[in-house]
Amino acid sequence: MSVHISTKEIKAKRVNYAYIGRRIGHDKPASRYQEAIYDVQPTTNFHYPPSWAKDRELYDVRNTSIVMKDWYTFTDPRQYYYSSYVIARAKQQEGMDNNFKMLEKHNMLSSLAVELKSSIKNILSPLRHVEYGANMNNQDICDRGYGSSITSLSSFNGFDRIAMSQYISRITLLIDENETEGLVKAKSDWLENPMWQELRHAMEDIFVLDDWFEIMVAQNVVMDGLIFPLIFDRYIKNLHSKGASGITLLTQFMAEWYGETIRWTNQLIKVTAAESEENKQLLSTWVTTWSTRIEEALEVYSVEALGEDGKQQLTEIKTELFTRLTKQGLDL
Amino acid sequence: MAKKLNMRKRYEVLTRGLGWEPTYQPKEKVFPQETYEGIKIVDWDKWEDPFRLTTDAYWKYQAEKDKKLYAVIDSFAQNNGHLNLSSASYVNALKIFIQGVSPLEYGAHRGYANLARQFSGEGAQLACQMQSIDELRHSQTQIHTLSHYNKHFTGLHDPFHMHDRVWYLSVPKSYFDDARSAGPFEFITSISFAFEYILTNLLFVPFMSGAAHNGDMATVTFGFSAQSDESRHMTLGLEIIKFLVEQHEDNLEIVQGWIDKHFWRAYRVLGLVSAMQDYMLPDSPMSWKEAWDIYFVDNCGALFKDLARYGLRMPKFHEQATDEAEHLSHQVYTALYQFSHAAAFHTEVPSKEKMDWLSEKYPNTFDKYYRPRWEMYAQMEKEGKRFFNMGLPQLCQVCQVPMSFTEVSKGEPMKLSQRVTEFNGDKYHTCSDGCKDIFDHEPEKYAHAWLPPHQIFQGNCGGAEIPDVLKYYHFNPEDGGDYKGSTDEATWKAAHGLDDQQTTPEKSA
Amino acid sequence: MSKDKLFIILQNTEGARPFTEAFEQENPNAVFKYDQPGMIRIENNGFLGITKEVVSELAGHEVDLQELHLVLVSLSGHVDEDDDYFRLSWN
Repeated sequence: MSVHISTKEIKAKRVNYAYIGRRIGHDKPASRYQEAIYDVQPTTNFHYPPSWAKDRELYDVRNTSIVMKDWYTFTDPRQYYYSSYVIARAKQQEGMDNNFKMLEKHNMLSSLAVELKSSIKNILSPLRHVEYGANMNNQDICDRGYGSSITSLSSFNGFDRIAMSQYISRITLLIDENETEGLVKAKSDWLENPMWQELRHAMEDIFVLDDWFEIMVAQNVVMDGLIFPLIFDRYIKNLHSKGASGITLLTQFMAEWYGETIRWTNQLIKVTAAESEENKQLLSTWVTTWSTRIEEALEVYSVEALGEDGKQQLTEIKTELFTRLTKQGLDL
Repeated sequence: MAKKLNMRKRYEVLTRGLGWEPTYQPKEKVFPQETYEGIKIVDWDKWEDPFRLTTDAYWKYQAEKDKKLYAVIDSFAQNNGHLNLSSASYVNALKIFIQGVSPLEYGAHRGYANLARQFSGEGAQLACQMQSIDELRHSQTQIHTLSHYNKHFTGLHDPFHMHDRVWYLSVPKSYFDDARSAGPFEFITSISFAFEYILTNLLFVPFMSGAAHNGDMATVTFGFSAQSDESRHMTLGLEIIKFLVEQHEDNLEIVQGWIDKHFWRAYRVLGLVSAMQDYMLPDSPMSWKEAWDIYFVDNCGALFKDLARYGLRMPKFHEQATDEAEHLSHQVYTALYQFSHAAAFHTEVPSKEKMDWLSEKYPNTFDKYYRPRWEMYAQMEKEGKRFFNMGLPQLCQVCQVPMSFTEVSKGEPMKLSQRVTEFNGDKYHTCSDGCKDIFDHEPEKYAHAWLPPHQIFQGNCGGAEIPDVLKYYHFNPEDGGDYKGSTDEATWKAAHGLDDQQTTPEKSA
Repeated sequence: MSKDKLFIILQNTEGARPFTEAFEQENPNAVFKYDQPGMIRIENNGFLGITKEVVSELAGHEVDLQELHLVLVSLSGHVDEDDDYFRLSWN
């Protein structure tokens, strides 16, 4: 092109999208995270009411009793938008894949002592269904929740759950040398073994909750807050000390994931509780109710996983959870 | 060494069987949306997975795609890639894209999350979940790609605010609200099949190729990158249709009805795309009519021949859509031209070269019906009387496009097409047999539509005067009107050191 | 088998080469169209397919056929895939 360089004038007209400028200032450049999550969700002028809830709009603040003046007060401390999320996960997955390859090559799981193998199948394998249920709950939050900040995060969270259920399945397959009997047993345990029934009952009750924010609390704060430290910290360390060191590598993702997840659940609870006394009471009630119920549901399981003092350890975990949530402003 | 699982088996054991039949809560409470549309699912296990991507492979490939894409976006911005466009008028197509399409991508993200929660079969559940997160990707990559354009051109500054309010954006918004507010099976038939499988190629393939043709390397990159996801989505669309009609004989009539409805509904939305393709791309590699012949007539012809064994037939009124292919873009762009003082994009009388191209691509219609009109508008402009229609357009009650389509199928392409239905003592106007048919089938739904002109008259859009309404839309005064004399044109000329007479940079030898 | 046309469109990039060439080699009657910027449209009557063996040979290293996702733009017909093949057909 024969452009006259001397007369070229390339000056940006504006720094930002207006919808970002209204939030961070029109002269401040936006991050990709900010561009991706602020105010993308429709808010008004809907054409037709949803056929399954004719008294509501397609996106409706009334789907929860939590009230926020601005649903974008919460932002993800990890600043995940699709690309940063998927690139972070791909990197973790590469590590996990190497771990799986190495353990498979050295038959490190299939050569474990029989009692360790059966412990893993009893304790870990049925969690694939728990993760699947947790995914359903997060898809529900993504569907009925409010504000693209919270809902995109639940979309990522749900996807992680499917991934974790697939890692757990792969561990089970590795123990069984790719036969599926461990997976079949995991399902029948989940459906019939008394040890799992109270947890499944709680899960199914969470499925039918009307309030999506209560689902958020029951699943992502309480249930995860009890199960992940119990299993992916204490139980795995236990196994490690008994000689199943490889399992630490194969559950590395879950341990990292929980550490990461706490960061945004803390933040979410904190800003939501800080908004109003009503929010704070509601959140506190949900945490109390669901943690009592899920702790009970996990009693037998915790003993099976950790031995005699399992119940005591579970109580410790619950205390840790409450301490953490009290710091975010809840009354527990 | 353990036996190796092949892809099918591996996918099956890692996905199927994860779900379960609830026993502590009734199934119809856990999956409350699965039955009320009348669709009967006998056995979700018969679901054939369209693509067998497990989460690990998904992360891997998507990360690889995104790394490439964002490298292009970064370098495009760093190097002021917008200066390599064929013309700044090209950006008007991108304005409609981010105002009209990107919000739909976001809506699809939420809609597929609904299916991912409401379908009780894991195969379909997971396919919908992947599509949900893909759609989030598309909305975000579009925001990120077009962010650079927003810094240099008008009209791209507030797309999501506009999408909820602006008159011409109620065309895409009402279509999506229509599908979203229906049940999950109608939604998936609408978006996955009628939109993604039958029509999405028309939006993405020629348009993105057109972006490449016009020097927009950023858009072609996000477009093609999104298309690789779309290919999965299209395959999901085909699978869901086969699955539904194979599950129960009662499903056939319901599904065919949805295909009929949503084909027409989506086709009307694509009227905007036809105008973008034929008029708003300064250099267009393919006309709407050519794209229609390839992607609808040939491809969907073959598709429905294949689907005939399930008892499915081509969507109702497809003949009219094909008849209209030589008229559509001209009629839609004319409407946009007339009302662009109230739009956040510019229009203009096509250049001489453009008109010659249109004559060549539309030998049966352009010179006969449309060229004379453009020449008249050009003459008016010359006399300082650039034509803007200062009234509010009457919109079709269903598709919400201004009532400017004609009786093409009846052989009267210059006669305005209008249909009317009386419902509860009121008259409702529609633009075509297709839209009237949709209205008559669900009058209470469409009577409920949020029609922008009515809302303006009722005082719900910021005030009674056009400037009030434009303020409510968050339009700036320089966003609309003719491209000639616009700030976009001035910016472009300044950046290229062009004088008033030149519109495009000279190509050097 | 029906003789109706089906197609696959790939990006016109280096990464797509082994796939494009495999389609060429394994579908002798297929038609390749390069007239649209940025992409290659491959058409055939009733069937299009590639195998892992041929793609890997053309690439010079082992290729996972799912890598096709990185360069795919559009397709028609029913998809049938496994570790060692990818096929499109009308029934």
